Amino acid sequence: MEILVCIKTAPDTSENEININRDGTDIERDDLVYSVNEWDNYAVEEAIRIRDRVGGSVTVVTVGDEEAEEVVRREMAMGADKGVLLSDEVFNSSDGRGIASIIKAEIQKGKYDLILTGAQADDGAGQVGGMLAAMLNRPYASLVTCLEVIDDKKIKVGREIEGGNLEMIEINLPCVLSIQTGINEPRYVGIRGIRRTASVEIPVYGAEDLGLSSESVGESGSKVKRLDYFVPDPGEGAEMLEGSADEIIEKLIELLKAREGIK
Amino acid sequence: MAGQVFAYIVHKEGVADDTAFEMVAAAKRIDPDAAITAIVAGTGIDLNVVCNEIASSYQEVWKIDNEALSYPDAEVIRTLLVRILPEGGLIIIPHDTFGMDLAPGLSIKLDAAYLPDAVDIDGVDDNRLKAVRQEYSGQVSTHVVCDISGGAVITVQPGAFKAEKTKWPGGQVVDKTAQALEVGFPATGRRFIEVIEAEVGDVDITKSEILVSVGRGIEDEDNLEIVYDLARAMGGDVACSRPVVDAKWLEKSRQVGTSGKTVKPKVYMALGISGSFQHQGGIKGAPFMVAINKNPKAPIFQAADVGVVADILDFVPELTNKINGSRSRLET
Ligand SMILES: Cc1cc2nc3c(=O)[nH]c(=O)nc-3n(C[C@H](O)[C@H](O)[C@H](O)COP(=O)(O)OP(=O)(O)OC[C@H]3O[C@@H](n4cnc5c(N)ncnc54)[C@H](O)[C@@H]3O)c2cc1C
Ligand SMILES: Nc1ncnc2c1ncn2[C@@H]1O[C@H](COP(=O)(O)O)[C@@H](O)[C@H]1O
Repeated sequence: MEILVCIKTAPDTSENEININRDGTDIERDDLVYSVNEWDNYAVEEAIRIRDRVGGSVTVVTVGDEEAEEVVRREMAMGADKGVLLSDEVFNSSDGRGIASIIKAEIQKGKYDLILTGAQADDGAGQVGGMLAAMLNRPYASLVTCLEVIDDKKIKVGREIEGGNLEMIEINLPCVLSIQTGINEPRYVGIRGIRRTASVEIPVYGAEDLGLSSESVGESGSKVKRLDYFVPDPGEGAEMLEGSADEIIEKLIELLKAREGIK
Repeated sequence: MAGQVFAYIVHKEGVADDTAFEMVAAAKRIDPDAAITAIVAGTGIDLNVVCNEIASSYQEVWKIDNEALSYPDAEVIRTLLVRILPEGGLIIIPHDTFGMDLAPGLSIKLDAAYLPDAVDIDGVDDNRLKAVRQEYSGQVSTHVVCDISGGAVITVQPGAFKAEKTKWPGGQVVDKTAQALEVGFPATGRRFIEVIEAEVGDVDITKSEILVSVGRGIEDEDNLEIVYDLARAMGGDVACSRPVVDAKWLEKSRQVGTSGKTVKPKVYMALGISGSFQHQGGIKGAPFMVAINKNPKAPIFQAADVGVVADILDFVPELTNKINGSRSRLET
């Protein structure tokens, strides 16, 4: 099976506090630790497992700047066979639809049976997978948490729905799926693995290579634009307990007892 | 002024989802005078009951009735919506597991803008819709503008808009089945098999009065001990956020949230949990909430009653000790 996985570079939110820069035009990026978007890591792991079961190859693709090469290498160290970087100045500030059009152009150069994306990325949109499927006229299923290959024409997947219930469906290949966390346990990638892929040549394609006009992508092709970043008015918020640890604990126990929080 | 505004109604067993009424509020934020049309797909009595329920909140209700819609498939609904929606219209959809399946592709098929997961809307100015979104699981917010001149698909975060049940005098139910199915039932590349219900675990956290809930901030499986100790001291049960289940540190039946359990305890301790809307969506009944987190800007502090900025690995064992200590003093 030929599998393509779309991956994105994202700040690791469990490692970082996200702050806004002084004029609210962006988040403070100086000290951020970047990695591959959490959901995409599950998608790559799933692709590798499918390939190991039924054969074929796994390609990872990302739209980003030069530094995005890092996540491509990381996922290749995990076990992906090929990596592609789609990078061009005119891609900057693309909205979800723009990103999907760029990836679509790359997909049409190959012949993929299965295309995986993460369920969502750092901006929480969850849009690129569903858009890609619609652009390619292929069936789509989102939030996939289990997957079984039936034959080379169809697979069976479980979509996670409200309450943690699973919606089981059969879906024809080629198709597009968005992968939800928990579908597997992504393998650990050590420094040595990353070193192994450090010298692999990663092809970079721009708008011209992909046959994309600059008006269809980037800022000019975007219908949705971000104006600013801000921290919403916290409203009342929580009563923050302050003082020494002992004082805080004493006060907290008092509050909990008043609320029958300690039986 | 915006074009015609539609809302796609999610329903189950003859009851409209809460979002049906939240979307009324969202639509009024787009345009206070907008005529809002609800679209409901389904079949039989359940469908009619839902249509009647929401007819009092919407000016018009379009229904699509077919047996094969008794369990709606997003791929089918997408095609039906493309067939009946007028050009340039705006459609609002809940940003839930169904909406996430349906909406992005719908925007492509309608050649309309897609605005995902809005939490607030600031109105429309010259075909530019201004809205608020959240990024980095709610740590920061952004204002976005969306060009709606060619129509738009907008998904709204469940719970973000305050439901409106104001009465529209005599909302009409219009049967759109014939128009939607004129060229036949949509063929799709996917077939629904069954729904597998979530497993039942050893403890039923939906019945617990005191929940000590732990998130990714616990850092390691071995550290869970301190959470069990606190729960024991308080007389409560241990619950968790999703990453703890994904890592297989606790069973799925202990997960709180939209894709886990809906709980309604009296007291909820959130330890090392950031407070994403999917997590908070599972906490009902306004419990007394205590958040302990080392990041003072964690969104959970906006939802909690009491907050402590601390490292749970240090703070929780001390808290447990003091609770146990004060109890043994009482008992002796
Ligand atoms: C469709 C869908 C459904 C979902 N359903 C659910 C659901 O049902 N339930 C759910 O929980 N999530 C759900 N999620 C995931 C959700 O979006 C968040 O990713 C998740 O809730 C984050 O969990 P967390 O707060 O534990 O982790 P994080 O967001 O990583 O937060 C960890 C927090 O711990 C703090 N911390 C770290 N170390 C320490 C320390 N030593 N001491 C104190 N604090 C510390 C950090 O400051 C941070 O605030 C869903 C997502 C999707 C897309
Ligand atoms: N710049 C990008 N390059 C490659 N894939 C992307 C990019 N942005 C988003 N994706 C894919 O689309 C998924 C959903 O992201 P989003 O729609 O931005 O929430 C991600 O998990 C990725 O798989």
